[in-house]
Amino acid sequence: MIINLWINDKEFMDDVAPDKMLLDYLRSKGFFSVKRGCETSNCGMCTVLLDGKPVLSCSTLTVRANGKHIATLEGLQAEALEIGGFMADEGAEQCGFCNPGFIMNVIAMKRELKDPGEDQIKKYLMGNLCRCSGYMGQLRAIKKYLAAEKEGAK
Amino acid sequence: MFTINQYVLAESLEQAYALNQSRINVILGGTLWLKMGRKKFNKAIDLSALGLDTIEEDEDQFKIGCMCTLRQVETHQGLDQHFDGVVAKALESIVGVQLRNGATVGGTLYSRFGFSDVLTVLMALDASVERYKGGIVSLADYAAMRPDNDILVRVLIKKDPRRASYSCFRKSAGDFPVLNCAVSKLEDQWAVVIGARPGRARRIMFTVGGTPSEENIQSIVETVRGSIPFGTNLLGSAAYRRILAEVLLRRNIEAILMGGAQ
Repeated sequence: MIINLWINDKEFMDDVAPDKMLLDYLRSKGFFSVKRGCETSNCGMCTVLLDGKPVLSCSTLTVRANGKHIATLEGLQAEALEIGGFMADEGAEQCGFCNPGFIMNVIAMKRELKDPGEDQIKKYLMGNLCRCSGYMGQLRAIKKYLAAEKEGAK
Repeated sequence: MFTINQYVLAESLEQAYALNQSRINVILGGTLWLKMGRKKFNKAIDLSALGLDTIEEDEDQFKIGCMCTLRQVETHQGLDQHFDGVVAKALESIVGVQLRNGATVGGTLYSRFGFSDVLTVLMALDASVERYKGGIVSLADYAAMRPDNDILVRVLIKKDPRRASYSCFRKSAGDFPVLNCAVSKLEDQWAVVIGARPGRARRIMFTVGGTPSEENIQSIVETVRGSIPFGTNLLGSAAYRRILAEVLLRRNIEAILMGGAQ
């Protein structure tokens, strides 16, 4: 089926198989920030924004992205770099494999929630698994990042 | 992985219904569960273009289109102001925001997932489902039916002054529930629903006038433990679930007596 979509604001037109998952399509186009983790709709590694909402690309049919806008980490480099800096400062990660999906969801959270407290942060990021850490470093990093953003917005 | 020969963006419910009469075709929900199977489908029917992704609210009820995502239902302000906010409370424990942005209400309920938190909470609210050909049927009856070739079009929830509470037990946040339980009270009618038994949710109704005494509560607990079948799987044994059932049930009853929602 011929589809037309935008990835990081660049237009693509392609003939895709009806059962091609968005994860595979995005990787075939060179967007390697999109990781295949569990592939059972659970770990959050494959998170992309579909019309602004965080979704699991491993479980989304590419044909359903027809006419829509997708954002991957490649298209959000400025924010990614900033959040990544806070993560590094807190020594939040070891292997880093979960990082792109995690940052995508942090960006989605920041856009959707206003001034989230710790409980809201945990609930929003519940679907992003990290098998190296205990999540404490990430939580510290996000709190400092959000505080810095708030300070900067003043 | 599942396979699909042809993708059909349905132009009408009639067209979708006609295509769905063939067993090798399938109606797509969020494809979160479907894609993990190994089934080979001929036509995959998408209801996305039929305007069924909205929640309508009027004076008497909520009408939730089958293509609404769990996240839409969870964050709906009108729903949150009813039933002590129990719907959001039940949905927010499901995997993560990303999954809930994909999973659809229709897909979840049609599939009658044993682990479903959605089925459990909506059965306690005495929700109904509207089918394209089969008309309206109570969700509790629908849940007990075998999946058929009809289309679940909307979920209907009456706005009654019901109090409700939901609780579940999970080994870690976002995991499948080992057991879940929803209780509601409308006048002297108490609805007790137990899900993730691990089979699909079951409901039992009780009539208790006034504030239930410890004796009344104990009798509800005994009836639930005695008449709802519990099973064993990797998450827990039947005996363990029977113990959990009492704890979750008592917490819910207590929450309702204290003013609703856990």
